[in-house]
Amino acid sequence: MTEEKLNVVGQSVLRRDGLGHVTGKTIFIDDINFPDILHLKMVRSPLPHALIKGIDFTEAEKVPGFIQALTHEDVPKNIYTILCLIGVGPDEEPVLAEDKVLYKGEQIAAIVAETEDAAMEAVSKVKIDFEELPAVYDVEEALKPDAPVLKHWGTNHFVYEGHHCRRVRFGDVDRGFDESDHIIEGRYQTSPIEHAPSETTGCVARPEPDGRITVYTNTQALFFTMDNTALILGVPFQKLHFVGGTVGGGFGGKVDVIVEPIAALAAMKTGRPVKYKFTREEEMRVSSSRGAWRIYFKDGVTKDGRILARKITTYADAGAYNRHTPYAVTKHAANIAGPYNIPNVWIDAYCVYTNRQPGSAMRGFGVTPASFALEVQMDKIAETVGMDPWAIRFINAYRNGDMKPHQKVVEDATLIEVMQAAAELVGYELPEKFKKMNSLNREEA
Amino acid sequence: MAIIKGTGIAAVNYPTGMNLGGDPSQALIHATTTGNFFISLSSTDMGQGLKTVIAQIGAETLGVPFENVLINTADTDTGPHCMGTFASRATHRVGNAVVQAAQEARQVMMEVAADELEVSPDDLETDGQGNIRVKGSPDRSINIIDLALAAHFKYGKTISGRGIYMKPKSDVDPETGKMDPDSTEAHACTVAEVEVDTESGEVKVLSLKSAYEVGRQVNPALVEGQIRGGSLMGMAHALYETIQPYYPAVDHMPGGFSDYVLPGPMELPEIESVVLEYPSVNGPYGVKGVGEMTANSPIPAIVNAIYDAIGVRLTDLPVTPEKILRSLEEVEI
Repeated sequence: MTEEKLNVVGQSVLRRDGLGHVTGKTIFIDDINFPDILHLKMVRSPLPHALIKGIDFTEAEKVPGFIQALTHEDVPKNIYTILCLIGVGPDEEPVLAEDKVLYKGEQIAAIVAETEDAAMEAVSKVKIDFEELPAVYDVEEALKPDAPVLKHWGTNHFVYEGHHCRRVRFGDVDRGFDESDHIIEGRYQTSPIEHAPSETTGCVARPEPDGRITVYTNTQALFFTMDNTALILGVPFQKLHFVGGTVGGGFGGKVDVIVEPIAALAAMKTGRPVKYKFTREEEMRVSSSRGAWRIYFKDGVTKDGRILARKITTYADAGAYNRHTPYAVTKHAANIAGPYNIPNVWIDAYCVYTNRQPGSAMRGFGVTPASFALEVQMDKIAETVGMDPWAIRFINAYRNGDMKPHQKVVEDATLIEVMQAAAELVGYELPEKFKKMNSLNREEA
Repeated sequence: MAIIKGTGIAAVNYPTGMNLGGDPSQALIHATTTGNFFISLSSTDMGQGLKTVIAQIGAETLGVPFENVLINTADTDTGPHCMGTFASRATHRVGNAVVQAAQEARQVMMEVAADELEVSPDDLETDGQGNIRVKGSPDRSINIIDLALAAHFKYGKTISGRGIYMKPKSDVDPETGKMDPDSTEAHACTVAEVEVDTESGEVKVLSLKSAYEVGRQVNPALVEGQIRGGSLMGMAHALYETIQPYYPAVDHMPGGFSDYVLPGPMELPEIESVVLEYPSVNGPYGVKGVGEMTANSPIPAIVNAIYDAIGVRLTDLPVTPEKILRSLEEVEI
């Protein structure tokens, strides 16, 4: 570890924006207002899976303050997928639902009105004729042949370069199991979680006199959101100007592109600024959640605690649409075997669609459920072989120079060092052989 | 029925960045004649303190006071491209871009100072207090305001710099999963101590004691902020939070904070941590990343501690009192 003389890096200087945040002086989306601003509220599906037979705006249009209703017919490129910017496809999510809905709360039509109250009242008066369809909620049920099919390509899973799942193949797990003394299996399940930011997702889109649209937004990714918005609206990128940078809590919940395209479209259609901001209820029941995961482990372990083979089948519940889940599955696949040196690894990681609100990115993207499952599994292994939970981790810990299952050489490993430091912190006396280990050099161990 | 204590551990890694689609961020720096250096970005600050740590990194590389470095983020007209703030990437990616931009700006700054002080740029150093001085002759120096004025009015030079950091796109091999998806790995180990009430099924987390290794800490107080917030989020994930309490069923969904169960101040455990620094090979000043990881290790550590207490391995999150009581019933039968 080299020491260089540093001036301000490493110092706990006071954060610049802290005082503004704690005194309520920082400008967030709700502080942005214009005299002629309009409010947008969404007509949402009350059903988890249904065909849309017809929409009637007659009564909604009579509400005082009603300005305009927008449906999928108003959206130039209505079917999109957020990750198309990095080559993920095919497009599969409608900005506004067309002939069917895949989850309760799905966006069907936008109502623009003079006030929030008028917009909400008009939303309540839109009549939709549905034909309800059977829904599927369980990831393994969704993959069975008799499950209702949710996607136009005929399956309920994302397709990874021709494969039904993201695969990792490293060594020979069957040989590893044969050479093992114990086979230890485990099933792990997590549930959907809300990001719970202080500030809900929202934006204000304003048409400028020069013909451009300024969007004030609390997205976590300005260019990513702007580029997706331009593609959906079918306008040149240069026509849009996104302003943000201060976000009242993200945790991954503000990397989807939901409010900006429809608010910008409404601003273009009405020629007035339009605000679309989620209520707390929408943030919880409609916006993307941390997706749920189901993870199956099968480990082959020797009697002295060496893991020789690890076979994992794992299912991400993407909910109704991709959002960022196909990518989370790949990140999950790169991390689910854990920070351990295991010679034989086999992983099948599925991105599965169900009739629930989409899962998407959240702090720990694909890794949080992996760390939960594999660290509980490590304790199970320790118990089976009759070993201390610290010992099982030291014996299998990866070091620099080891090869991970996705064939990347380990560098910057410090698993051993954090375990040594944590043991010291709680006053747990490690055996001398574990105290002497380090991540830099396997030979010294 | 009793209240039983248990202890559990978990050790985790966390990757920085995610470049399966390419992962670039840019930064631009220019000096004004006020002595301020202005860094333009399009990256966002979600409350974690990005604006502060980026100003620290810029000030360090330029060799000027922190107070003289201003951050403008985020505006797609004035700020150069950034993929966004996610994947624990911002301090690493944007920090690297700022170091590169600051090096370019610093070079111009030193050339102008060299002309003004009539020495070679190699003989100059910054004092971090707003002056550039001749090595070994601290009385021969120029203030950055005078320097910026001279650059503009006398030499016709812009003190400015451009920076980008990009880890190239890594394609995943569809057959084997071979890929290079990230830049470095941070690590954490948490020891959780819990108390389980076998009558009510309630779990009280007594303490979360952790060791983290995050490369270089740019701002230890902000790292501590991530640790405390992440520890509590991890505890909430382990024991309380879900929008679908009977997953995979979708009923009983909460619609607000009155029925979405989160721990409050009464549930706050003792949180204690140590932070190790093993500088990464590719981060600015050895930075790795700390943002996401801090929520991860508490979850399995708490679940393992519950097993240590009551001998039941809960494998379905969140571990609610209902799940604990049901699993205890199964064991007793």
